[in-house]
Amino acid sequence: MLEVTTNHYLVLSFVLFAIGLSGILVRRNMITVLMSIELVLNSVNLNLIAFSYQHSNLTGQIFAIFTITVAAGEAAVGLGILIALFRLRESTDLGGAAGLKG
Amino acid sequence: MEKYVYLIPLLPFLGALLNGVVLRGRIGKPGVIAIALGSVGLAAAMALGVIASYAAHSAQYPYGLDLHLYSWIPAGALHTAVSGGGGVANLQVEMGFFLDPLSCVMLFVVTFVGFWIHVYSVGYMAHEDGFQRFFTYLNLFMGAMLMLILGNNYLVMFVGWEGVGLCSYLLIGFYYKEEFPPYAGRKAFIVNRIGDFAFMIGLFALVANFGTLQFTQLFERIAADPALALSHYHFGMNVASFVALCLFVGAMGKSAQIPLYVWLPDAMAGPTPVSALIHAATMVTAGVYMVARSNVLYRLAPGVSLFVAVIGCATALFAGTIAIAQTDIKKVLAYSTVSQLGYMFLAAGVGAYPAAVFHLATHAFFKALLFLGSGSVIHAMGGEQDMRKMGGLKKYMPVTYWTFWLGTVAIAGIPPLAGFFSKDQILGAVAAKGQWVLYGVGLLTAGLTAAYMFRAVYLTFEGDFRGTEEQRHHLHESPKVMTVPLMVLAVGAVVAGWVGIPKIATYDFNVFAHLFDRVLRPVQGLTPGEHEVHWAIEAGLIALSVVVAVTGWQAIARPIYGRGGLAGGEKWARRFPGLNRVLANKYYVDELYDATVIRGFWATARGLFQFDASFVDGFLVHGARNLALVVSRASGLFDKYVVDGLVNLVGTILTGFSALFRRVQTGYVSNYALVLAMGMFALVCLYLVLQRG
Repeated sequence: MLEVTTNHYLVLSFVLFAIGLSGILVRRNMITVLMSIELVLNSVNLNLIAFSYQHSNLTGQIFAIFTITVAAGEAAVGLGILIALFRLRESTDLGGAAGLKG
Repeated sequence: MEKYVYLIPLLPFLGALLNGVVLRGRIGKPGVIAIALGSVGLAAAMALGVIASYAAHSAQYPYGLDLHLYSWIPAGALHTAVSGGGGVANLQVEMGFFLDPLSCVMLFVVTFVGFWIHVYSVGYMAHEDGFQRFFTYLNLFMGAMLMLILGNNYLVMFVGWEGVGLCSYLLIGFYYKEEFPPYAGRKAFIVNRIGDFAFMIGLFALVANFGTLQFTQLFERIAADPALALSHYHFGMNVASFVALCLFVGAMGKSAQIPLYVWLPDAMAGPTPVSALIHAATMVTAGVYMVARSNVLYRLAPGVSLFVAVIGCATALFAGTIAIAQTDIKKVLAYSTVSQLGYMFLAAGVGAYPAAVFHLATHAFFKALLFLGSGSVIHAMGGEQDMRKMGGLKKYMPVTYWTFWLGTVAIAGIPPLAGFFSKDQILGAVAAKGQWVLYGVGLLTAGLTAAYMFRAVYLTFEGDFRGTEEQRHHLHESPKVMTVPLMVLAVGAVVAGWVGIPKIATYDFNVFAHLFDRVLRPVQGLTPGEHEVHWAIEAGLIALSVVVAVTGWQAIARPIYGRGGLAGGEKWARRFPGLNRVLANKYYVDELYDATVIRGFWATARGLFQFDASFVDGFLVHGARNLALVVSRASGLFDKYVVDGLVNLVGTILTGFSALFRRVQTGYVSNYALVLAMGMFALVCLYLVLQRG
């Protein structure tokens, strides 16, 4: 039986992070990008919890809870902006939000 | 009482201030008259009081009373040529007044005659525009004239001197809407300026040499040590001669002597009371007063004194001959005034200062009277001044006739009227000096004076009226306000001479001459006293001058003009057409001045204008402009290509860089995120590499 060590968590976390980052970089749909950001945040949470477990220290887990809270806020704000943009442009395409281009 | 002497000039000034500035145009004629006559009348009354008070205390002030008011120009230390052996003097010019018999005589004459002329003017100017303006100027004149005669130093005198010149200018040009009066005013001003220039040079020379302008100090110092004034030289003349000459040139302008007399006849363009006050009685005699005041200097300068006498004598004859051919009644009187002023300078030139001032005083009475009489005639004739259009006025205006006749007898020198005594004293003094040529010319002039004055009387008052019917209809005696001054001055013209009855008739009791014992300060090294002639010669001279005067009247004027009227005169004029033309045209002196001085002046002015136009404007100004243009074009190019080029270069560089960096800002969130990720990888890589190392 394979024992699950910290390294496994780190690999999983890295995979999740890479999937999230590539989602952010590649996808043009704003909802998908938001979901990818959630993935990145959760991969970090996984990391924090893995190290917290290894070191028998609860600080990391508390930190993860904070991250989840902030992520919830971030999702709310992000979706709010997304809806406003959608109403303006009637599209969820990220390219449409390039109005800040100098 | 003497210490209030400053009020005498101040009152007329105050009157001028009220009428001319404060209440200008706000009061009616009665108010104007009250202010003008009130101020002058009060000044005249004060003058009488001051003179009486001074006479009572005069023993305390041997050579006159100096009244210091305040220090006007405390100029301070000054290096002087002769004072105290080339030392330093403290120049203090005071505002102060001086009382001595000379200034008292002037004070009385100016305030008395001035007041009655003011009264006369009320009637004469009643229907004229500018009533208030006229009295403002007249009061201003009185103030300035009183400054002139009362000042205790040359500078205060000079202020008055210039002030009366200004008022003369203003009053000659009083009828400024006509063409000629303003021109005559300018002429008077400019000719006077020539004299004033020399006068100022004289004052500068006094300051430079003695460091003071105060009469008392100056004359005291020179009288005690004449060497001070005789040992230093300017332009080859000693100081006394130089200053005396300069001051006399000033007097030539103010008192209308050859060659600067030309302004006075033209000055008749002013109202007649002005001619009486300024151009007969007071202002024009200022030069005589000044020479008498400076007698210490003139006595030390015999050459200049002789020059004064010759100029005076020449002027007397010259103007007398012109007067006999004039047809304008005021021109006759004007040339007569010039002639009589010449008489006064003749007296001053031979050292008979009392006689000069005596003639000044008597002349002030009878000449003012004659001018006012002529004004009364002109008033009645509706402005007509040509004697050829008058005649027979005797029965229309008896008061004017009789007073004018008295004035004529007085000026002709027939005893016992005023002119006889003063003229006789002058001729006597000239004879006593042994100047027989001058005496002869003076005597001839006396005969001429009688002739031309009686000619004027006959042409104006006797015979038949030669004017138009309309003028005859309007003929009337002048109102009381004009005839009363005539009568007062006529009394003056009769009695004014009685203070100077000659020694021969009064056993050496000539009041007027005695007054001057204190004015003629004894000078070290000069013998005091006048030259005396034997009483028999003196009596003969007196008889001769009476005979000549009566001849001028009875043998010349009466047969020609009295019996023949205007036609008689014209008959004689036809007999000497050339002479008549020259005299009627005043020897063409105005034309001569016009051809030389005035044309020369214009030619110089034109030449300077050409110089301005071609050289200054053409070469310098335009050259400077062209140079400025070239320089500014070069500067413009430099600005455009160098300075602006640098500025544009900075801008271009910034634009280029910003175009480059603008590319980064794509606006695509993914791009930013990619950069973010790559940056993070780069940082991690760097960390790892550094960790290894």
